[in-house]
Amino acid sequence: MSDTLSKIEKRTAYTLLLPAVFLVFSIILFPIFANIWISFKEVSLKDIRIPEPRAKKIVKSISDNNSELKIVYKLRNSSLIQKISDIEFKDKLPSNVIPVDLDSRCEFKSKIIKCQFGEWEAKYRENFEVLIKNENNNEIDKKVIKSQKPSLSGKADNILLTTNFTLKNFKKVFYENDFLDLLLTTFYFTFFGTIGAIFFGILAAQLVNQNFYGRSFMRSILLFPYVGPVVALAYTWTLLLDPNSGTFNALMVNFNIFDEPINLLGQKYMVMNIFGFELKLRLALTTVIFFEIWRYFPLAFLFILARLQAVPKDLYEAAEVDGAGPLKKFIHITLPQITAIISILFMIRFIWNFNKFEDIFLLTGGASGTRTLPINVYQQGFAISDIGMGSAVSIVIVLLLIIFMFIYFKLIGRKANEI
Amino acid sequence: MKFKSLTVYLLVSSIFLLCLLSILKIMSTLQGIDFTNLNISQNFILGICLSLGLLVVGNKLNHFIKIFSFTSVFTIFYLYINESAPIWYYISVFIVILFFSHKVKNYNLNYLKEDFVSEKIIFDFITLFGIIFFAFVILFPFYIMLVTSFKTQIALLVNPLDFSLDFKKDLSDLFKSYFVIFDTYNFGRYILISSFVSIGTVIITLMFAIPAAYAVARLNFFGKTFLSSSILIIYMFPAIVLVIPLYTVFSQLGLRNSVVGLLIVYTATTLPVAIYMLQGYFKSIPKEIEDAGIMDGHSWFGIILKIIIPLSLPAIASVALYVFMIAWNEFLFSLMFLDNPKSFTLSRAIQYLTGDAETPRQYLMAGSVVVTLPVLIIFIYFEKYLVSGLTAGSVKG
Repeated sequence: MSDTLSKIEKRTAYTLLLPAVFLVFSIILFPIFANIWISFKEVSLKDIRIPEPRAKKIVKSISDNNSELKIVYKLRNSSLIQKISDIEFKDKLPSNVIPVDLDSRCEFKSKIIKCQFGEWEAKYRENFEVLIKNENNNEIDKKVIKSQKPSLSGKADNILLTTNFTLKNFKKVFYENDFLDLLLTTFYFTFFGTIGAIFFGILAAQLVNQNFYGRSFMRSILLFPYVGPVVALAYTWTLLLDPNSGTFNALMVNFNIFDEPINLLGQKYMVMNIFGFELKLRLALTTVIFFEIWRYFPLAFLFILARLQAVPKDLYEAAEVDGAGPLKKFIHITLPQITAIISILFMIRFIWNFNKFEDIFLLTGGASGTRTLPINVYQQGFAISDIGMGSAVSIVIVLLLIIFMFIYFKLIGRKANEI
Repeated sequence: MKFKSLTVYLLVSSIFLLCLLSILKIMSTLQGIDFTNLNISQNFILGICLSLGLLVVGNKLNHFIKIFSFTSVFTIFYLYINESAPIWYYISVFIVILFFSHKVKNYNLNYLKEDFVSEKIIFDFITLFGIIFFAFVILFPFYIMLVTSFKTQIALLVNPLDFSLDFKKDLSDLFKSYFVIFDTYNFGRYILISSFVSIGTVIITLMFAIPAAYAVARLNFFGKTFLSSSILIIYMFPAIVLVIPLYTVFSQLGLRNSVVGLLIVYTATTLPVAIYMLQGYFKSIPKEIEDAGIMDGHSWFGIILKIIIPLSLPAIASVALYVFMIAWNEFLFSLMFLDNPKSFTLSRAIQYLTGDAETPRQYLMAGSVVVTLPVLIIFIYFEKYLVSGLTAGSVKG
């Protein structure tokens, strides 16, 4: 009895899960594996379109009363690089209309012209003519003939499904792509973006955790950058920081803080003189990192605030009795209470910042030294149209991610379960 | 000891006052007043004098008489030092100084003798300053976005600092950019598409996620632990690595440039987190209620429909809102999949407009306001649900 019950339970579980698992598998897991396949191939954007046979139908009159007509089919192979084989052509004629002197590749049966064209090379073109006439010498309606569209079918190799593999893409990724610079930029961006977001998150959480008028209002405002659409926010920032007519530069010049406008998003380096040392700051990258911090510190804030509100109040009271000042309370009570959540946040934000595409793409498009790995996927795959290269970069991202996740679960996976 | 805390108090409080007055000055500059100097050193000294005066007088005077007299005197001094400006600016300066004098009411000569007083002073002022700093830094871009949409490109190129609005103008003149983006740039259509995609994603995601979450939360089956632990790992994999294969496959299937394609991708990418959030909540429902349902002869589907869903409406609401916001804000897939203006979503439409350098910025900002406003309204209105959703769905973004 219990055996059949558990069987029923299992079967129900699988039916309930099937749609979701199927969808996630086909849209998320399958592409990750497909990436591996594509990364070993030389594919460019234009190869993706499967070649297909096409025909354009033109109807011409050849006799006065239109009892005979000439149909010209302009046939072509849509692909410029691939051949199509086993091409079959079909077109339907109205009743009482028959073809005259039909081409040897074709046959006419139950009102349908059916042709076997065999194989077309790339760029193949042909004007295929058919003469038709009405059996009773009546007029044939041109419009009826014209409105009937021919159907064509053929077999073509899908370049994605062939088994020609090459290591070229990976060679290019590592040797011709400034790989080291790419990796360093990605890590700068990821690391400082994460640290900054957590720093400001702690600060904001510490503030909002105190009692003041308008506290819940403040909490909503703090989350605005995180919930707002990235497109709108990124363009507002670009306008704000624009060197020619942006408000930020205008203000700075107006109050004599800058001598002249600085192109914060378009200048790769800024040379700074600090105590006689010349420092080269990656300006555009720094600005992008600030945007990143501005947009994502709310998440850190939210988590740390939730944790802070759970810290028992008597801990602070006991510390006060022991004569601890605010700084000591923060270092010895607050910080130890939030280290666990901070380490989790660090890993999560690190992984997500590592994958960040939209923010950089919308702010700088990857120019002036802000080219990170995800930006490179887009540049390779869609700007240079080299799908294979784009996939190879994706594979590099996936491999690095797997390493990060491994570290994450090794180091703090257990802590995460405790919270 | 007392000298140290006195110095700290004077420095910190006057820096705070200076920041307040500078922010006021910057905001006034954006209203078209011609200020060119923040007058940092003079205003700083003024701040030290004010703090010292308030401290010395302490409780000897009635609080209101004290702050009003000090504020009046120092406002006059401030006006004497700084450039002349319209009357409303003087009133704002008065209010700011009044606010400041009120805030330092706890400080007097006796207070400075307490333990850790300099630390306390620094923490107090950092809190005050932090609130104003965060509010300013966060709201400023939103403010610029909103105000730019009411200005014109030419006016902003002539004077990028003048954001003052002329309310005497016709309303239709003021809202001109909004009329233009709806009339010329078809934003009505984009709003419809975006709403359709977002709401569709919410409905399909819930339809798939509720049964799956129930199975993960309640039923025993082979591979359950593996499945529940892999949900979040799957969620960590970024959209950018899915883009190329999905682009190629969708192109070949003819799903690119279609709303259906977007719906499929959005649903699949939000499903793992929806399942994760829902199963956590389902586990908290007492199992006895379901057992009663089984006794009544309900099937599994009956139990989900009649018991689980009604009991977990708050969780479902927060998942729905969270998924809606992800779908509404999504940009990467709409950039990759849509290149026909007929099927653009709002985000993609704005990005498309910026591609044309001749699009005046007020239209761009009006579009940005149109895409941002619904999300912010939903967020403020349903904040309670959404915050729990954000915390549970922690990893997105």
